[in-house]
Amino acid sequence: MSSEPQAVPTLKFVQVLKGHRGRAWNVSWHPQGNLLTSCGEDKIIRLWGTEGGAEGKWVEKTTLTDGHERTIREVSWSPCGKYLASSSFDATTAIWDKKSGEYECNATLEGHENEVKSVAWARSGQVLATCSRDKTVWVWEVAEEDEYECAAVLNAHTQDVKKVVWHPNDEILASASYDNTIKMFREDPSDQEWTCVATLASHTSTVWSIAFNKTGTRLASCSDDGTLKIWQVYLPGNQEGISTPDGQPVWKCVSTISGVHTRSVYDVAWCHQTGLIATACGDDIVRIFQETLDSDPNQPTFNLVASSVASHGHTQDVNSVAWHPTVPGLLASASDDGDIRLWQFLDSS
Amino acid sequence: MTPSTGGPAMENQNPTLYKRAADREITPAELDNNVVDPFDAREIFDLIRNINDPEHPLSLEELNVVEERLCLVNDQQNTIDVTFTPTIPHCSMATLIGLCIRVKLLHALPPRFKVTVKISPGAHVSEAAINKQLADKERVAAALENSHLIKVINECIFAAPPTFSKIIRN
Repeated sequence: MSSEPQAVPTLKFVQVLKGHRGRAWNVSWHPQGNLLTSCGEDKIIRLWGTEGGAEGKWVEKTTLTDGHERTIREVSWSPCGKYLASSSFDATTAIWDKKSGEYECNATLEGHENEVKSVAWARSGQVLATCSRDKTVWVWEVAEEDEYECAAVLNAHTQDVKKVVWHPNDEILASASYDNTIKMFREDPSDQEWTCVATLASHTSTVWSIAFNKTGTRLASCSDDGTLKIWQVYLPGNQEGISTPDGQPVWKCVSTISGVHTRSVYDVAWCHQTGLIATACGDDIVRIFQETLDSDPNQPTFNLVASSVASHGHTQDVNSVAWHPTVPGLLASASDDGDIRLWQFLDSS
Repeated sequence: MTPSTGGPAMENQNPTLYKRAADREITPAELDNNVVDPFDAREIFDLIRNINDPEHPLSLEELNVVEERLCLVNDQQNTIDVTFTPTIPHCSMATLIGLCIRVKLLHALPPRFKVTVKISPGAHVSEAAINKQLADKERVAAALENSHLIKVINECIFAAPPTFSKIIRN
């Protein structure tokens, strides 16, 4: 045995950002990483930035108020970083921009019958999706300046839809629901109709969140059933001989991580720089998973490599986790305790 | 409270009544501020026993919807599990009763506690669906922003507890 002390990966606490009154539901990074956005029960969107250069402390830069009459559930930046979409329990989605020099709400997307749970922009920035407790997923197209048109209302789920996420490269939309399934949608090139092309069934309770890996060949999902699942896509004619009826790609659950989370898992984030997976759990803990080096691609193994330390951790459910887009290992989390926390994953090397 | 006469027909017109528990005996240790006094089942029961039934002018205790033996507390692990028994297996008020219990405990307990409210196994035809809804904190949060619903819940929760009026008389 080596006399050197064994270095282990750790999740180092960096900073706590205080401001929200009541539950903080979501955190998201600006695509360039210079801003962090958070939202919650207090109906306020908070924008945080660093003071005095990249190494500085994160402080509140501005707040966006009066956009919504009820809880703001999620905030999502457009890929160009010029627009911010916020989804609310007031059944609307607001689009904010800074054209006038200040952030202002210049468009409101209406149509859902009740709470809007999630909003996400496609990579092109020309399409976005929203989902609601009304069981539907809506696809919106950017028509012109501050004009958005509903291109599709998708009724495939049988219950409350919790999360929408776009594929990182293709115009494929994934949604997760209280009906325990994940569904994938794309536009049929022959008739421009959006259709459900895959249903991913394996979770035994609500699927709270989903995240694609960098190439979009895998999807991670987390659930009220306490598990984290990894799904892999198999294209028609795949070497593994997985059958693809209808000539559509098939998503198979290739790994289930169970027995680690002790309560509902509310969010999952897959880092596109490092490949690390972070989860937000109802047991107050942020956990980091890493694929093992000898992992079989068709039966991958993921290990828990680090967890948030109790002494600096959240004191209530963790609702959201987000990896910084350019700084490897920098993670933000939001909790029922109202706090936003920043963490740095440090590898053993 | 909603009066029991004049409204729509009640689902369970003649519920069985149960005797209320005696007041909690206060021990000298509980009065001593130097003794750490963790939450116990009786304390949780005392918080919810006087919630009024949405239909009857009776407490959940008197209808045997809640019982001390069905309040499980682990103070160290911050968990509280309350199981409740609707008076009839197709009770349409079951979700509302569960919400009242959740809201009461949410208001009364420190936020460190993880509260689970469930229907006694086999006591309701929609047991799994109601349990799932009560466990979904996002749907509970949205429900509690509904001003009509929160009014109904508050009416059930803040009904004057009989023990309190007795203390005043004495």
